[in-house]
Amino acid sequence: MALSNNTKEGRRPLPPWIKTTLLTLGSIAVTMLGLLFITFIIGRVMPIDPVLAIVGERASQSTYDAVFQELGLDKPLIVQFGYYIWDVLHLDFGTSLLNARPVSEDIARVFPATLELATLGIFFGVVLGVPLGVLAAVRKGSWIDQIARVVALVGYSMPIFWLGLMGLLIFYGILGWVGGPGRVGIFYVDVVPSVTGMILVDSILDRNWDVFKDAFSHIILPSALLGYYSLAYISRMTRSFMLEQLSAEYVTTARVKGMSEWDVIWKHAFKNIRVQLITVIALSYANLLEGSVLTEIIFSWPGIGSYITTALLSADMNAVLGGTVVVGLIFILLNILSDLLYKVFDPRAR
Amino acid sequence: MMAEQTLRQWLLTDTPSSRRHAKLSALYQGWLTFRSNTMAMVGLGILLLLMLIAAAAPILSPHDPFVQDLGNRLAPLGTEGHILGTDSLGRDILSRLIYGARITLYIVALVALIAPIAGLLVGTVSGYAGGWVDVVLMRITDIFLAFPRLVLALAFVAALGAGIENAVLAISLTAWPPYARIARAETLTIRSSDYIAAIRLQGAGALRIITQHIWPLCISSLIVRVTLDMAGIILAAAGLGFLGLGAQPPSPEWGAMISEGRRFILDHWWVATMPGLAIFTVSLAFNLLGDGLRDVLDPKAGE
Repeated sequence: MALSNNTKEGRRPLPPWIKTTLLTLGSIAVTMLGLLFITFIIGRVMPIDPVLAIVGERASQSTYDAVFQELGLDKPLIVQFGYYIWDVLHLDFGTSLLNARPVSEDIARVFPATLELATLGIFFGVVLGVPLGVLAAVRKGSWIDQIARVVALVGYSMPIFWLGLMGLLIFYGILGWVGGPGRVGIFYVDVVPSVTGMILVDSILDRNWDVFKDAFSHIILPSALLGYYSLAYISRMTRSFMLEQLSAEYVTTARVKGMSEWDVIWKHAFKNIRVQLITVIALSYANLLEGSVLTEIIFSWPGIGSYITTALLSADMNAVLGGTVVVGLIFILLNILSDLLYKVFDPRAR
Repeated sequence: MMAEQTLRQWLLTDTPSSRRHAKLSALYQGWLTFRSNTMAMVGLGILLLLMLIAAAAPILSPHDPFVQDLGNRLAPLGTEGHILGTDSLGRDILSRLIYGARITLYIVALVALIAPIAGLLVGTVSGYAGGWVDVVLMRITDIFLAFPRLVLALAFVAALGAGIENAVLAISLTAWPPYARIARAETLTIRSSDYIAAIRLQGAGALRIITQHIWPLCISSLIVRVTLDMAGIILAAAGLGFLGLGAQPPSPEWGAMISEGRRFILDHWWVATMPGLAIFTVSLAFNLLGDGLRDVLDPKAGE
C-alpha cells in the first residue's frame, strides 16, 4: 500500500531505499537483456543454418519453408528477439540437436556436478587462503609473506588445464592416491539414487559410505586445483585488506592498551575486513564456475563446462547458447549478491 | 667513460633545458626504479629472450617443426637429436616449442593492440561526451564485464569458427571493457582540469582535445594494465587452443600441443609437460614485468 502511494508521480519524493532498489532492479534487467541480446546475435551470425540442421539436406523446399516459418525466421529481427526472450523466460532453450532432448533438462542434469566441484573448490580456497593472507599481512616481509606471494604469482601464471594434467599424472598415475577422471569409479556408477545430483550429498543421504569414499577420492583433486586458483586471489586480497587495517590508528591504540596480538588481529582488524572478504569470495565463486570449464574437460567431469564444449565441437548451437546464458545469469546473480551483501553488512555503504 | 658520466648527469639534471630533455630524464629515472626491481628484470629478460627465439626460430630449431617421423614417435627426453623428445607423430618437441613462441607473441601482440585501443576509444568518448552517450556506452561495457570471459570467448569462437584470428578477435571482444573503464576514469579527471579549459578557449574541438590531450595521458595507466593482463591473454589463448578452438593442427601452438599430449599423459608425460612449462614461464614473465611497471608508472597502486 505504502509502495503504491509512493510510486505515484507528483505526490512526494520516493524514499531513498525504494529508489535504490528500483535503480538496482533496473540495471539488473538491462544487464540481463544485454546478455540475452549478445547470445541472440551470436546465434544469428552462426555459419550453421538452423533450418538445415533440423530438416536435413535432402528435405524439399516446401518442408524447408515450413520449418523456416515455424522457427519465426521470416519475422523481423526485433520480433525474433522478443520470441527469444519469451522462450528464455520460460526456461526454454530449444532442443539439443545431438540427443533431441530439451536443453534446459540437460543443463539441470549436468549443473549439480559443476556446483559440487565449485563449492568444494571455494571451500578449499577460503579455508586456506584467508589465514594465509592474514598471516602474510601480519608478518609482512617475512618468509611466510614471500611464500604467499609466490603461491599467488604461480596461481596467476599457470594454465589451469595443464596443472590439472600434471595433478592427474602425479597423484593418480604415479602415486595412485586419488581416483582418476570422472565422478565415481565404474563400479559405483548409479549406485545411489540421485536426489540432489551431487554425489557426495546423495551418498550421505543414502548412507552408502563406499560410494562416498570413492566419490571423494575423485573430486578431491579437481576441487583442490580450483581451490588453488581462488586461493591465489583470496589470499592476495585478504593481505591487502589486512594491511590497510593494521596501519590504522585504532590498531595502534589497541596495542598500546596492552591487548594481546591475537585479539588485535582477529577481534579488531579481521572483524573489519569481513564484509570486503565476503564480496571477494562471492566473486571468486563466480570465477570458479568459469575455471571449471577447462578443469572439467581434463577430469572428464560431466558438468556444464563439459556440456558446453562438447556441444560446441559438434555444432549443437542451442546447447551452447543455453549453457552460456545459464552460466552468464549465475555470474551476474553472484555479482549482484556480492554487491547486496556489501550493502547489508557494511553500515557505511547503506 | 667521460661521455657516459656526462650523459648520466644530463639525464638526471634538476633543470631540464627543453621538453624532450625533461621527458628523457623522467624516462631514465623510471628505468632506474625499474632496474632495481630484480624480479621485474628477470621477467623482462625472459621476454626479450622469447622475442629473440621467435625471431631466430629457423636458425635455432634443430628440426623442421612439421616434419613427421613415425619411426621415431614419442621418443623420451634426452634422445639424441631430440633433447625434449618427440610427439605422437615423431615431430621434434623443442623445434615446435621454438616455432610456437612466434604464435604466442603474434596472439599477444594482436590482442594487446586491439583491446586497449577499442577500450580507449569507448572510454574517452564516454567520459568526454558525458550525458546519455556516457550512460549507453558504460551500460554496454558493464554487460560485457558481467559475462564470464572464457565462456563468452567460447561462444564467439563458436559463431566465428575456429582459428587463430578468430581466437584473437574473441579474446579482444572480452578484454576491452576494463580498459574502457580506466580510460573513462582518467578522462573524467582530465576533462575538468584548467589546461583543457584553456585549450578549449583557444578554439580546439572535441576531436583535437581527445586525440592530442587526453589520449597521451591515458596511455601510461593503460600500459600497466595491458602488461598485467598479458598473462591472462596467453592463458586464454592457450585454453582456446587446448579446446581445439584456437590454432588448428598441425600448428605448433602451445595449448594445442598440450591437448595433443593429453592422450599420452600417463605413459609419455613430456609431450604435454613441455609446452605447459613454456606457457607458465612466459605468463610468469609477463606478471613479473607488469608488477615492476606498475611500481614505476603507478606507484599508488602497489603496496
